[in-house]
Amino acid sequence: MSLLHWAVLAPFIMAVFVPVLRKKAALIHTGWFVLILPIVLFGTFLQYLPVTMNNNTVMQTAPWIPSLGIDFTVYMDGLSLLFALLITGIGALVVLYSIYYLSKTKESLHHFYVYLLMFMGAMLGVVLSDNVITLYMFWEFTSISSFLLIAYWYDRDRSRYGALKSMLVTVFGGLIMLGGFLVLSIMGNTFSIRELAARAPELNEHPLFLLAMILVLLGAFTKSAQFPFYIWLPDAMEAPTPVSAYLHSATMVKAGIYLVARFSPIFAFSGYWFWIVGAVGLFTMVWASFNAVKQTDLKSILAFSTVSQLGLIMSLLGIGAASLHFETLDDNIFTAAVIAAVFHLINHATFKGSLFMVVGIIDHETGTRDIRKLGGLMSFMPITFTLSVIGAFSMAGLPPFNGFLSKEMFFLSMVQLIELNLFNIETWAILFPVLAWVGSVFTFIYSMIIVFNVFTGKFQPEKIEKKPQEAPIGMLISPIVLASLVVVFGLFPNLLSYSLIQPAAAAIVPSIIPAGEQLDVHISFWHGITAELLMTIGVIAAGILLFKFMPKWGRVYDHFPGKVTLNQFYNSGLYAAERGSNAITNAYMTGFIRSYLVYIFTFFIAALGFTMWAKDAFRYDASAAAPIGLYEVCLIVVLLAATLTILMAKSRLTSIISLGAVGYTVSLFFVIFRAPDLALTQLVIETVSTALFLLCFYHLPKLSRHEEKRRFQAGNAIIAAGVGVIVTLLGISAHSSKFFPSINEYYVENTYEKAGGENMVNVILVDFRGFDTLFEISVLSVAALGIYGLIKLRLEKGGETNENE
Amino acid sequence: MKTNDVIFQTVAKVVFFMIIFFAVHLFFAGHYYPGGGFVGGLLTSGAIVLLLLAYDMKTVRRGFPVDFKWLISLGLLFSVGTAAGSLMFNVPFFTHAYDYFQLPLFGKTSLHTAMLFDLGVYLVVIGVTMTIIQTIGESE
Repeated sequence: MSLLHWAVLAPFIMAVFVPVLRKKAALIHTGWFVLILPIVLFGTFLQYLPVTMNNNTVMQTAPWIPSLGIDFTVYMDGLSLLFALLITGIGALVVLYSIYYLSKTKESLHHFYVYLLMFMGAMLGVVLSDNVITLYMFWEFTSISSFLLIAYWYDRDRSRYGALKSMLVTVFGGLIMLGGFLVLSIMGNTFSIRELAARAPELNEHPLFLLAMILVLLGAFTKSAQFPFYIWLPDAMEAPTPVSAYLHSATMVKAGIYLVARFSPIFAFSGYWFWIVGAVGLFTMVWASFNAVKQTDLKSILAFSTVSQLGLIMSLLGIGAASLHFETLDDNIFTAAVIAAVFHLINHATFKGSLFMVVGIIDHETGTRDIRKLGGLMSFMPITFTLSVIGAFSMAGLPPFNGFLSKEMFFLSMVQLIELNLFNIETWAILFPVLAWVGSVFTFIYSMIIVFNVFTGKFQPEKIEKKPQEAPIGMLISPIVLASLVVVFGLFPNLLSYSLIQPAAAAIVPSIIPAGEQLDVHISFWHGITAELLMTIGVIAAGILLFKFMPKWGRVYDHFPGKVTLNQFYNSGLYAAERGSNAITNAYMTGFIRSYLVYIFTFFIAALGFTMWAKDAFRYDASAAAPIGLYEVCLIVVLLAATLTILMAKSRLTSIISLGAVGYTVSLFFVIFRAPDLALTQLVIETVSTALFLLCFYHLPKLSRHEEKRRFQAGNAIIAAGVGVIVTLLGISAHSSKFFPSINEYYVENTYEKAGGENMVNVILVDFRGFDTLFEISVLSVAALGIYGLIKLRLEKGGETNENE
Repeated sequence: MKTNDVIFQTVAKVVFFMIIFFAVHLFFAGHYYPGGGFVGGLLTSGAIVLLLLAYDMKTVRRGFPVDFKWLISLGLLFSVGTAAGSLMFNVPFFTHAYDYFQLPLFGKTSLHTAMLFDLGVYLVVIGVTMTIIQTIGESE
């Protein structure tokens, strides 16, 4: 267990103490204690910065289940470090924010911080694990803790609905991803991601490669809310705002991005990867930004915006995979896509985190998040306004914020696609930059809505509950820190380029970097009048126009039918699944023993009949058969007559007597087949059981004592005949195919020699195979005690036991 | 309805002993001739049932002041004890031993631990049969 192991486990350990702190130190907000941990962890991870900057990595293994090859292996490279810093850094800010956001007295803080710490530890585990099984374990931990956090206000209906939805979607994806991991580890014969990456070329040839890739991608897409799995994210907005800021903008939804980036070295050689990741990402980006514009709830806008931005990052990662195919180009422009992805990842975490916190402040100070009720808050909340301008403008891609830079790089990568004829992309390539541009226009519009519809316009005091005022300073610290980072990264992007971006990008596409060299990461603020700059200007112009005339064209959204949304599909799918399984279960679980016997016998006939037919198992060999004597024929006639009487009898009494006749005939068979012990026992037992049947008959209730003939049912007759035929065939086949001589010679020889007896049956029963007898008498004893218990301990009508003795 | 079944009762008294002797004979002869603990036990309880039919539950209970459930456990104890006894002599579970002895009244006779096991079976079968019949007979 190294320092890194303890860093991953520390939040879990801390979570154990949170309830104690809440109880023992109730006067201090529990968040203050929790705050220490992410700060310490952030400092710890910062120490690894020099290591990864020099393209070194750290790998530590602690055995967990060594016999199965499952170890708790932590692996630190540029990508892991970037995520670890995001998780702990934003985690610290979110904890600080939550101290002021959540009331000390009204909320159950210990729940909140336990879940949050669990989540933090799980995320650290996801990004630092090298073993896929450990990765999966932490992955599911994030799903579970996110479920708990979304349903934090569990007495609200919407919270529970959102939590359940996110759970179903992400666990669905998680399980599929586990399947992908297992396929991958079977292909590569190892659970280690690093070793799998080392075998990437060999894995590419494997027939299961595509399957593994699609399974892993489905996991990543569900977690990162890509189309069509994004539906859970808007409903997850029922969580407290710090949770939305942390989980649903900066960390958990980026777990899918991390997964795609982490597995790029394995899968990215495939053209499918480029296509699937790139196209799904881009489509998600456009679709979500288009939908974000019509939302009226601030958090919903941000949720759709998160989906859209994640799609953007995802598409950049997909396009970055093209860089692996053009290593001969001098100026490998597609690495720029990877760099843009990493850069935008950082940017998104900063501005989206601050925007969520701003929305939380507005909600906290006015009591609503509905943009139709808000307006003119600028003069009341100047700091919040400034923060939201920075965040939203960066999101829209305006200079001088960091969003501008990554948006430019995004356009650049998309434009480059046109110039290359790649994977038969041909004329379709023009769609990529066009879609990217359209998506960006909508991004611009909703960013403006967040700022201008809330902070400018008419102030409507009658619609909001509280008198708005500036938030307390403690609540503002975190968004201020994030917004300053937005500006700093915007003005001095090269602070990041070799410290964080280059090592992370190098981890995503390691194979294209020659040994001993580094990727050339230089983010320039101004690089001349290029296509991407013109596109940005176009975005701004179109965006302003559309924003101004929003009321005119906004009615477009009304024409989208509410019935065919994905949410509707999800809801009716769940409903149909429930109804369907109910209907199926009710259809065959009739509650009648008769039906179940029909199933059992039908299966019996089908299974045996099919086996006999498929294996050609029927044999008929009369050579081993004994001659049939007169006595046997007579007894068989009696037996058949008695059996038919049972079936045809109108009265139950006749049936019971006939059954007795069958039993005595059988004992006569034992006599003529020379089994005196059996004959004796059969006689006595048949007598006893017939007496018991008569007893039952005597006690039948008067009401249903109809003496009527059994109704004939064709189905029953067919099944009965089938069972009879199958068993007969089976008996004949078994008798006709004896492969070994019987072992009875041994008993014949040794009954007297070794066991000192002459009655072979009895000697077998008590000596050679006495074990069976021992348990048969146990069965008898249990039966007797059971009857005794049933009769003596009958429940009376009043519900009390009647204990006679 | 009270009937006078003095003939039945008298015959039952006599026949009871004949059945019991036959049952004991079957039990003891089991190792060499058809019979054994199971049939012996069934016939013994058949004899008691005969008394039950001739007299009534109370009378028979006075004649046999036995709780038949105890008979079941006693029988199981005998069987398991016989089987487990072999462990004390360092041989596998359920190993029987026998030998021939010169007994004062019977002459040369074989004594066999399998007999003890069979005695367990005999007692269990009596216990089981009588418990069932008594329970059902007494229930309303």
